[in-house]
Amino acid sequence: MSLITTAILALAALAIAFGALLGFAAIRFRVEGNPLVDQIDGILPQTQCGQCGHPGCRPYAEGIANGEDINKCPPGGESTIQALADLLDVEPMALDAEHGEETVKKVAIIREDECIGCTKCIQACPVDAILGAAKHMHTVIESECTGCDLCVEPCPVDCIDMVPVDAGLAGWKWNSPSQSNIIATDAQPFKSISAA
Amino acid sequence: MTDYLLILISTILVNNFVLVQFLGLCPFMGVSNKLETAMGMSLATTFVLTLSSVCSYLVYTFLLAPFGIEYLQTISFILVIAVVVQFTEMVVRKTSPLLYRVLGIFLPLITTNCAVLGVALLNIKKQNGFIESIMYGFGAAVGFALVLVLFSAMRERITVADVPTPFKGSAIGMITAGLMSLAFMGFTGLVNI
Amino acid sequence: MSSLIASTSRRVFDFHGGIHPSEHKSDSNQTTISRAPIPPELILPVQQHIGKPAIITVAVGDKVLKGQRIAQADGFVSTHVHAPTSGTIVDIGDRPIPHPSGMTELCVILAPDSEDKWCELEPEEHYENLSIEAIQSKVRAAGIAGMGGAGFPTDIKLQPPQQDKVATLILNAAECEPYITADDRLMRERADEIVKGIEIIAYALQPGECLIGIEDNKPEAVAALNSAVKGTRIEVVVVPTKYPSGGEKQLIKLLTDKEVPSGKIPADIGIVCQNVATAAAVYRAVRFGEPLISRITTLTGQQFNQAGNVEVLLGTPISWLLENYGYQPSNPERLILGGPMMGYALHDRDTPVIKTTNCILAPANDELPLSDPAQACIRCGLCADACPAELLPQQLYWFARAQEHEKAEHHNLFDCIECGACSYVCPSSIPLVHYYRHAKSEIKQQRLDHEKSDRARIRFEARVERLEREQAEKEAKRQARADAAAKAQAEKALAAKNEENKDAMPANSGVDPKQAAIEAALARKSTVQQDKTSSPAELKEAWGKAQAKLDKMLDALDNAKENAPEQVEKLTRAVEKNQVRVNQAKQSYEKSQSENAATPSTAINSNAAPALSQADISQLETNLAKAEAKLANMSDSLTQAKQDQPELVEKLERAVAKNKVRVQAANQALLDARATLKQEEG
Repeated sequence: MSLITTAILALAALAIAFGALLGFAAIRFRVEGNPLVDQIDGILPQTQCGQCGHPGCRPYAEGIANGEDINKCPPGGESTIQALADLLDVEPMALDAEHGEETVKKVAIIREDECIGCTKCIQACPVDAILGAAKHMHTVIESECTGCDLCVEPCPVDCIDMVPVDAGLAGWKWNSPSQSNIIATDAQPFKSISAA
Repeated sequence: MTDYLLILISTILVNNFVLVQFLGLCPFMGVSNKLETAMGMSLATTFVLTLSSVCSYLVYTFLLAPFGIEYLQTISFILVIAVVVQFTEMVVRKTSPLLYRVLGIFLPLITTNCAVLGVALLNIKKQNGFIESIMYGFGAAVGFALVLVLFSAMRERITVADVPTPFKGSAIGMITAGLMSLAFMGFTGLVNI
Repeated sequence: MSSLIASTSRRVFDFHGGIHPSEHKSDSNQTTISRAPIPPELILPVQQHIGKPAIITVAVGDKVLKGQRIAQADGFVSTHVHAPTSGTIVDIGDRPIPHPSGMTELCVILAPDSEDKWCELEPEEHYENLSIEAIQSKVRAAGIAGMGGAGFPTDIKLQPPQQDKVATLILNAAECEPYITADDRLMRERADEIVKGIEIIAYALQPGECLIGIEDNKPEAVAALNSAVKGTRIEVVVVPTKYPSGGEKQLIKLLTDKEVPSGKIPADIGIVCQNVATAAAVYRAVRFGEPLISRITTLTGQQFNQAGNVEVLLGTPISWLLENYGYQPSNPERLILGGPMMGYALHDRDTPVIKTTNCILAPANDELPLSDPAQACIRCGLCADACPAELLPQQLYWFARAQEHEKAEHHNLFDCIECGACSYVCPSSIPLVHYYRHAKSEIKQQRLDHEKSDRARIRFEARVERLEREQAEKEAKRQARADAAAKAQAEKALAAKNEENKDAMPANSGVDPKQAAIEAALARKSTVQQDKTSSPAELKEAWGKAQAKLDKMLDALDNAKENAPEQVEKLTRAVEKNQVRVNQAKQSYEKSQSENAATPSTAINSNAAPALSQADISQLETNLAKAEAKLANMSDSLTQAKQDQPELVEKLERAVAKNKVRVQAANQALLDARATLKQEEG
């Protein structure tokens, strides 16, 4: 009988001692803020477009830090999902079609003939990439435009186009070598150069 | 002194807990995808193992044995381990939130790591003294860390290599682990502890 | 052979790796340099160099002379473009340029007339008479860029950075790539021009030593150079033939055993490297004032009937050269710009020759067979053995394949010189250099994207801050208005109380009336001044009253001085106190004026009219004039009364004081109005 009591007492003593230790540790090692959010935010493309369902990239970064899916960002595309997967050591998922599709990078262009100077697009742009004033011409600063699409809707005369970015020679990249691992007899015949 | 050295060699190489005694395979396979996470995990496990080994010894010697309630060793060791792991989790969360996020569920799972409980119980079985318990726990942890780091470095290389599709992922990982285990068989008989 | 050994009195070192492909030099170095005929059209891209494209300075229809500048360098890292012959500008537009992408860029199209007339040149027989800066500007004016293939503006290389001493000037005569023999023939035929050019460069750089590095598969060129450098301190150093010993870093290692640190340039270790063709161009530029308008290009490969080296005007379309030198297209047709190791395929035959076009290679299919399709890597490690930059090509391959850019960068991907030695030796025919080029451009693109997203984030945060600040300002303004309204209420109440206080002040009849008046005045003034939050108008009134009191006091003092000398002391003290009070009142009034000017006018300030005009100002001016006139009148009456009617003096004094106040008020109102009007207009 006393053995059981001893056992219970011993375990209870252990439990109390450890509980106190943990309680102290919980206060001593309290965590404020979340630096992980900064790292996630650094990977997101900062278009501030809202397609992920959050009002900007930072709120989505906080959401991801709290466990949201990483596949909600269409402007970031595959590369962003991959980078996030590497950072957080989770499986990379396919882009969630519900939030949009990955298209080529675009910038907004205002057809200046039709602009009425209402400043609605200026208020809509999340990175202040539209230059203009009330009753004055508006124009998009092309180098700062992130292609987020938020200015197109507010325009009352519908004078904003989204056009694909053309960086010219500076934007040309070497293509990826084919990784087909075929055997020699499966090779395709070589195409000749086009005569001028 | 030689005894302690022998204990270390035994636990690190000869009777390596992961590759020879096949304990603690869950984090071994689960956290070894990237080298940084493996190093973080091995540090956490080292801390937990050493501390829990010592605490278990103390609990056994000063609480359980005097009152004749040795049969409670399993549950009290689990209690000790759980507390140490919880403590470690708090420290990791504070010092490296990224590591905390990356380790994810595996950090609390150290509680159920059979290597940790195994070390605690084996200490008792071998009737180790206080210092020996420390060395035993520390050696086990270093052995675990060594193997984990080696394995994760290899896995990183394997991930980018052209592995045939049926073998991609954990399959080739298992085969590699088996080959490593074979390699560690070479230490058999080196030290008889 | 003995001449070779004799010239190599200097120890030659070695670099890691390297390969020995078959040289094919004798295909094109047996004949002298021929002059290519002038084509019917010259296509001159604005960018033939590393750096920013040049800015076109001519227009369609302009007639230009040979050597005339047609495009201006844009900034420091840029070169000019000159007309290679006289003629007319027929077009400015996009044409295909020599680039692996096959894309088009802005070009000036020149139709030569047959006169080939030079523009005015500035020759200089003795370069030693020129300052170093003058030589640099001559080289810059001539538009010389590195002609070994890189195209770095030469004038920049003639300015060593940070006044570091240049230890070694190395001339790159190695020409290690198979098939290319342009420098070989140039050295054989124009060694003296090269050496004179080297001397000019050495004059500009003042190096410790001067070396020409040349491979031993060019014995005639070695002999020619040896005879040309006799008497100079230039040393000809022969190195064993190995590809890529002509790489800048590899040649430096060969000649000086120094390694250029990763990410740095040779100038950082005190070494400057120039191509021999560039040296010859420098000579022509400084001695004759001739800009860079032509270069030696090798035409080689079995598909050329007349393979050899040609001196071709820049801008010559390659199709013109193909026509004139017996080109037979193979099947499938292959035209390579550059050599077999580092060249790239030509997309369009009308691509022009530019400053860096060293070779046009047209091989037969069995001469240079197409590479086999890539197979799996067998991890043999031959690539690492061959790499001249001591990198790990196999690891770079795995990382590039798996898009692990961080790891690839960590393994010094950007130190790869893309020489092609690793692809050459690979038994599985893996196009390694293609992988590295792809990985490099991906990484560069990622860096640009990252920079752009950082900028976007900063702009977004600035915008959020701006909106918050505007919101806060609005709030503050609203709050200020509310406060002011509350103040007005409080003041009204206080003013009412003050009135009561004034009436409640007891009149002490036992005391000297003057004394009582003084005390009463003091008491009143103190209550007024305690009310710190009084409005400007009230403060003005207070000031005016204080001033009036002071004037009265002064008059009393004068009076006492004459009539009642026992009161002089008291009165003097009283006058001083009053003076202080007057000053305080004035200050608080002025302060409130300035404060009022900063915040929008409150309803209390009834003096400010909502919409001021010039008419109002003139009205105020008239008011002021009137008040002043009245005051003058009063003062006169007072003086008169002092003499004639003493019983009226007191009354008149009060009247004078009142009028003074009125004058001040009118003055102030006028000033206010003027200021507000200015503000409205401005």
